[in-house]
Amino acid sequence: MDHLKSVPDGVPSTGGTPSGGDAAARLATLMQRSSLGDEGAFAELYDATSARAYGLALRVVRNPAHAEEVVQEAYLDAWRTSSRFEPARGSAIGWLLTIVHRKAVDRVRSAEAATARDATYHRESQPVEHDSTLEAAHASLEAQRVRSAVAGLTEVQREAVELAFFGGYTHTQVATMLDVPVGTAKTRIRDGLIRLRDAMGVGS
Amino acid sequence: MSDIHKLSGAYALDAVDDLERAAFERHLTECEDCRTEVASLRETTAMLAESVAVPAPPSLRAAVLTGITQVRPLPPIVAPHRRAAWFPLLVAASIVAVLGLAAAVWQPWTPSETPSLTAAEQVLRAPDAQSVSIDLGKDGRATVTRSKSLHKAVIRTEDMTPAPSGRTYQLWLQQRGEMISAGLMQGGDQEIVLDGDAATASAAGVTVEPAGGSESPNLPPVALFDFSQAT
Repeated sequence: MDHLKSVPDGVPSTGGTPSGGDAAARLATLMQRSSLGDEGAFAELYDATSARAYGLALRVVRNPAHAEEVVQEAYLDAWRTSSRFEPARGSAIGWLLTIVHRKAVDRVRSAEAATARDATYHRESQPVEHDSTLEAAHASLEAQRVRSAVAGLTEVQREAVELAFFGGYTHTQVATMLDVPVGTAKTRIRDGLIRLRDAMGVGS
Repeated sequence: MSDIHKLSGAYALDAVDDLERAAFERHLTECEDCRTEVASLRETTAMLAESVAVPAPPSLRAAVLTGITQVRPLPPIVAPHRRAAWFPLLVAASIVAVLGLAAAVWQPWTPSETPSLTAAEQVLRAPDAQSVSIDLGKDGRATVTRSKSLHKAVIRTEDMTPAPSGRTYQLWLQQRGEMISAGLMQGGDQEIVLDGDAATASAAGVTVEPAGGSESPNLPPVALFDFSQAT
């Protein structure tokens, strides 16, 4: 239960994860180019976002082969529905990762996959280890903001957000797992996210 | 229903089931504050993903980039509201047209004899028929009509959103506190007689279940028709 803290210290990014307004604007442009059928733009978009997409899917579904399937489906969906992306309503990375996360969650919630995951979980109950050079690559300013924002959550908020986001559990399941009333889990998730948002300075 | 605002966090994290998602998305169409909040929370979750980034296998890049060459991007949505508003009317108009035609065609074969009514019509026209309607907002409308003397109930849906893919709507009668399956149905416009003795039931319910239906409801009902409220 500590991977929200796992963003490493130190080493600034030299071209790992794009951060800042320029990168965000670039992704939005690439998404719009994609909706016109520009495969080169989509390839660039993929290169700039696939580590986050794959990492997220892997964290939720745990099985690397399943994570690849989830990510592949998500990118195909993003390509197909790229005309539905509206820059005014949010960032391209937010839009894309919403698709990835939803697909990952659908995957683990389907009864069959749930059984498979349990089996996988027992075999591979070690948390996914990060390669240290990758960690360095992702230690961008953005990641540092995430780390300090996460540190500002209460323990119970962090636990609830983590089970819901990385665990793929519903808030009702989270309530049962933490043995708290449903309303309490729902509130911890929302309050935790709002606190993260405010600490990271996400505007809307 | 002010409590539904609190679902924004769980919704932004996909930590909701299908029915909660449907209910919250219905709420989002009416609540600007929640739309704004969900948008900002989704941006927040995207930043959380930063902490778990792992390079994707090179084979995945090839699979994705080959995959897109075989898929055409969808056109943008053009004036969705106008189309959405007209579509049900056109469907309704065509149903009316078909029914009118059917009535005209069948007229000669059913002269002045007592017309034979379908089971659903018998319930709907029974002297003791009582109905409960539930407005599902943009997901349509459903009405359950019960005749105690006929021991049957009928559900009528109007413009009901189809069940999610791989799922079905399942009907239930609540008998002595227990939900007993009363059949399956699709969305849209239809009239279905519920299986089972409706005279002894205290309520009828509709849930979303995996295709083929379930032994007992897995999720809270989309709609619950309390017969004590029937008029």
